[in-house]
Amino acid sequence: MSSPDATEPPSLYAAREPIFPRRVYGRFRNLKWWLMGLMLGIYYITPWIRWDRGPNLPDQAVLLDMAGRRFFFFMIEIWPHEFYFVAGLLVMAGLGLFLFTSAAGRVWCGYACPQTVWTDLFILVERWVEGDRNARIRLHRQNWDAEKIRKRAVKWTAWMLIAMATGGAWVFYFTDAPTLLVDLFTLQASPIAYLTILILTATTFAFGGFAREQICIYACPWPRIQAAMMDEDTLTIAYRDWRGEPRGKLHKGEIAEGQGDCIDCMACVNVCPMGIDIRNGQQLACITCGLCIDACNDTMDKIGRPRDLIGYLALTDETAERAGVPPKSVWKHVFRPRTILYTVLWGGVGIALVAALFLRSPIDVNVTPVRNPTYVTLSDGTIRNAYDVRLRNKQGSDAVFTLSVPFDAGLELELEGLSGPSVTVKANETLSQRVYLNAPRDSAAATAHRSDIRMWFEELGTTNRVHHDTVFNGRGE
Amino acid sequence: MCAKKVTQKPGEVPTTGHSWDGIEEYDNPMPRWWVWVFYATIVWGIGYSIAYPAWPLISGATPGVLGASTRADVAAEIKRFDDANSAIKQALVDADLTTVSANPELMSFAQNAGAAVFRTNCSTCHGSGAAGVAAGGYPNLLDDDWLWGGDIESIHTTITHGIRNTTHPEARYSEMPKFGVDGLLEPQQISEVVEYVLQISGQEHDATLAAAGQTVYLDNCSACHGEAGEGDINQGAPNLSDAIWLYGGSRDDVTYTVVNARFGVMPGWNDKLTEDEIRAVALYVHSRGGGQ
Repeated sequence: MSSPDATEPPSLYAAREPIFPRRVYGRFRNLKWWLMGLMLGIYYITPWIRWDRGPNLPDQAVLLDMAGRRFFFFMIEIWPHEFYFVAGLLVMAGLGLFLFTSAAGRVWCGYACPQTVWTDLFILVERWVEGDRNARIRLHRQNWDAEKIRKRAVKWTAWMLIAMATGGAWVFYFTDAPTLLVDLFTLQASPIAYLTILILTATTFAFGGFAREQICIYACPWPRIQAAMMDEDTLTIAYRDWRGEPRGKLHKGEIAEGQGDCIDCMACVNVCPMGIDIRNGQQLACITCGLCIDACNDTMDKIGRPRDLIGYLALTDETAERAGVPPKSVWKHVFRPRTILYTVLWGGVGIALVAALFLRSPIDVNVTPVRNPTYVTLSDGTIRNAYDVRLRNKQGSDAVFTLSVPFDAGLELELEGLSGPSVTVKANETLSQRVYLNAPRDSAAATAHRSDIRMWFEELGTTNRVHHDTVFNGRGE
Repeated sequence: MCAKKVTQKPGEVPTTGHSWDGIEEYDNPMPRWWVWVFYATIVWGIGYSIAYPAWPLISGATPGVLGASTRADVAAEIKRFDDANSAIKQALVDADLTTVSANPELMSFAQNAGAAVFRTNCSTCHGSGAAGVAAGGYPNLLDDDWLWGGDIESIHTTITHGIRNTTHPEARYSEMPKFGVDGLLEPQQISEVVEYVLQISGQEHDATLAAAGQTVYLDNCSACHGEAGEGDINQGAPNLSDAIWLYGGSRDDVTYTVVNARFGVMPGWNDKLTEDEIRAVALYVHSRGGGQ
């Protein structure tokens, strides 16, 4: 690589240094296995969960129906005009990331990011096929003989199958999964489905198999943003150099006088999926996956030294420990005014969304007064206002709506093209209806400049009754 | 992980040599794959400019070997919709206009197609909201007062042939005499008949003059405008007893109309629009609130 010697200019471009993470056992590795299983399970299984909604609606529990412009999530159905739920969920996701990052650093990167989860899965496959770290390094240096070709072919095939399953699972969220699966294999599915699978397969294969930590270091903006979310009380992974240094080899039978706990066994470096040395301090490339903690604790147990030479630690703990004071408890790091504020905001948005969800009416109306022109004079002097009324029937059966305005307004109501005050809206549909209100020549509404009116909508045979406030424009004498 | 990097201490990476308040900048090398991606985009760019229209020339641009053209795409897209709509357009042409509203699919098509035709061809005079120009001679199409009939067949005929134009032999035609300019009525008689018209339309008027004006009206105006001023849609004679005035209903406006007469013209559309478009826009106008 580059040399500090001024006479030799440093290279402008560096090749990727291959990384061969070693197998590790321990608390964080187990946690990561469980989380990986949980998240992959949610991703692959969700589209196959069925949910009966009656004859007119799809029976897929989670479905983003682009053509029908509906989002189905178990008992919840979101219409396009209810997009604020999506906005609310994004706000919650943002606040949730702020909360977790300010409390425990880059936990998203280390445990939950798809890039991390799939890379972990790909490394698992790699280890099954090619063996652990030393075997993989040997294979990497080996010439392309039969063994290497066979192992690489098996590994890449397995990766490709995972990648195809990943890209394939994605499209099931957008249309009926069992139908699409048959269509995909009989070549009946839409070209968009195949293209989406192709792109996601290619990115999964390339990012999980080859790009790996390069995505985190060079492509992802999140590490840069997260750095701004952390403060001196945020728990993150650190090496207790005041305990470990000066590091040195430990030989059997010798008493290591003046030497720190770090025996320079390189376990923390060998297990790191990012290929960094945590002993150099917290750095941009560290995704805080915790594997170095497991590796180091294993070593500490073997040499009989206390655990957590590498561990979750905040900046304030470092100062405290150096001064010989016991560090704050984990709870004191997690429950701080800042994180409590994030939690309150997060919970507030969540409660508001749930409340909005349950306060939704199964019918929904919108009344837009026609303002071009604001009113029409009829031949007998009657003043007429027109309204574009949008009626949504979010139920599984047809509904008849009866429109009315309060009697004392002195207005006569007419529906364009219909003889009575009622209109039928088909199940799960929206209807646009032009409505007229007529005010007799000398009535108050006709002579006033503008009067407020309330239009009522009642659904026949039910107690559903909603209203919409609007205005009536008169001559303005 | 190669051993070389493991032993690397912080500070081994050279700095750029710049220092601001003691903060220095590492001079880390770029990843090599990044530069390969950069070269790949250049190769892609060359390939793209060969395959697609790219380099500007004096008139136009290089066409590209794939023959891609957004103009042709639009034309194909329009043709695709025209083809898809050809059946329903034919159904509209074949349909009985009075029963179209009973067919929701056909009516929905006519409403949308008619709205588009209206905005393109009719809104210049009648306004985008079809409210015409109040007292300006461009009729409001939303009200219930129709000079030449407000049922769907009459509206269809009016749009097809137009009114008082010289290009369509079947255009609707009538002409009001210029009672003042041509000396058909004395100024006093004009004042009287104007007061009478104000009276029958329920406006403020001079009763004495109006009483005299009734005779003038019955002798000169009632042939077209009717005994009671109810108008006649067969000759496009406006109803003078209602609240709607095409050219204004004030004393001055009515006097001007009697003296100079009015001669509103509308072009016929059967040489510019196809029959399905005329039918669509007729149905659209008919459904704006005033259709009879």
